[in-house]
Amino acid sequence: MRGSVAIVGVGLACCGEAPGWSENEIMAEAARVALDDAGLTTRDVDGLVCASSNAILTSLAVAEHLGIHPKFTESTCVGGSSFIGHLIPATLALNAGLCDTVLVTYGSNQRTGVGRAEAGKFKSALDPQPFERPYQPFNPLTSYALAAARHMHQYGTTREQLAAVAVAARQWAQLNPEAFSREPLTIDDVLGSRMVSDPLTVRDSCLITDGGGAYVLVRAERAKDFPKQPAYLLGAGAAHWHRQISSMPDLTLTAASESGQRAYQMAKLGPADVDAVELYDAFTINTILFLEDLGFCAKGEGGAFVSGGRIAPGGELAVNTNGGGLSCVHPGMYGIFLLVEAVRQLRGEAGARQVMDCKVALAHGNGGVLSSQITALLGTEETL
Amino acid sequence: MSGPEKIYRDKLAQGSFEIQRCSACAKHVFYPRVLCPHCGSNRLEWSAPSGRGTVYSTTVVRRKAADGGDYNVALVDLEEGPRMMSRIVTVAPDAVRIGMTVKARVTDGVVEFTP
Repeated sequence: MRGSVAIVGVGLACCGEAPGWSENEIMAEAARVALDDAGLTTRDVDGLVCASSNAILTSLAVAEHLGIHPKFTESTCVGGSSFIGHLIPATLALNAGLCDTVLVTYGSNQRTGVGRAEAGKFKSALDPQPFERPYQPFNPLTSYALAAARHMHQYGTTREQLAAVAVAARQWAQLNPEAFSREPLTIDDVLGSRMVSDPLTVRDSCLITDGGGAYVLVRAERAKDFPKQPAYLLGAGAAHWHRQISSMPDLTLTAASESGQRAYQMAKLGPADVDAVELYDAFTINTILFLEDLGFCAKGEGGAFVSGGRIAPGGELAVNTNGGGLSCVHPGMYGIFLLVEAVRQLRGEAGARQVMDCKVALAHGNGGVLSSQITALLGTEETL
Repeated sequence: MSGPEKIYRDKLAQGSFEIQRCSACAKHVFYPRVLCPHCGSNRLEWSAPSGRGTVYSTTVVRRKAADGGDYNVALVDLEEGPRMMSRIVTVAPDAVRIGMTVKARVTDGVVEFTP
């Protein structure tokens, strides 16, 4: 798989607030922007991949909306990591010759859409989780809070260190004109914000926005036929060990330790080779866990690693350069936005937040409650 | 005969907390299942745990006083091995500590723990 496919178009749409837009319309708009970026239209798409946390038969509805009769369809949903995970079957399909141009698209009106509360009740009925629900965890947040509490107990991680993740994300967001939350944020602001489920406050938690994202994937042999610089897939790996937090074997060790290893092996790269790190930061503890599990620091040292501005702009490691789910955008599922930012960094299109000489980018997706972990490594032509 | 989830709940409704034990690999299993998640066997039998456990992690879910106030959600490691979500009661939700030893009881068909 290494180097066999490339992302040749990316797009964002309706990020922030998009009142009056349906999910399928946001997906279609994101698709239009990504296809336009690649110099294509819907007429060129013969592989369609999408997922929704609300709809059923998602790819059928999106194909119908776009007027596409795909030769290859895929709509696995493993939570927010799905769109990084989609790279794997899409690459297999392209390499097998089942199709030539894959569009992956996502959209959600989680912030302004009507009927979200009712939809939540239906989802609860369809996915009852009878061994957790009687205790009323405020999920997903409570599950991440339990992981954070355990990490603090086991490794001495502090609330200030968790807050440092939110502050770094905000500082990156201040460099990104497309980010939703850009006002100043300090450690004390995070510590003083409303506690939701100890030790996580509302500022330790991702945004709830509208928004969509999309990318276009083709075989590497024709990647240079498109207007923008290709971002080649160097490695990808997926792993999951549980669905519910009560079934997670060790709350301080995620399956990112396995997905990351697989992605690094395929790419023949290690953490020291990565220039830009895009991690699914649904909550501040995520960034700490994933930096550890993906080998950027030792297990238990994530709290110290994120402190002192080390992952903020100008720090030692560029992490969540768009501002992340904490400060840029988070419409229900965030995975696709990680890839869009990774591609923009590799192209050198990231403006004030551009990572100098960015050749390798890592995008790591998380789904469920630290459940699905999917890692992808992308690189410029010289990394092939 | 019902599936294991209903059997578990029916036992709880009678005030009895039982978990499964695999007679192929001898490991205990929670939540109740059809196949042992450790070895794949379907030879799962019901057994009463000691009820003793240790708090693995804990949180206080903040809730307005008008809606009932703050409450505890914890993960408890049973002496037999399996972990389960539960709540620690008869103590302030923020007084629960990781590592605390706790004892199971069944209240209204739900397993909860006391220090």
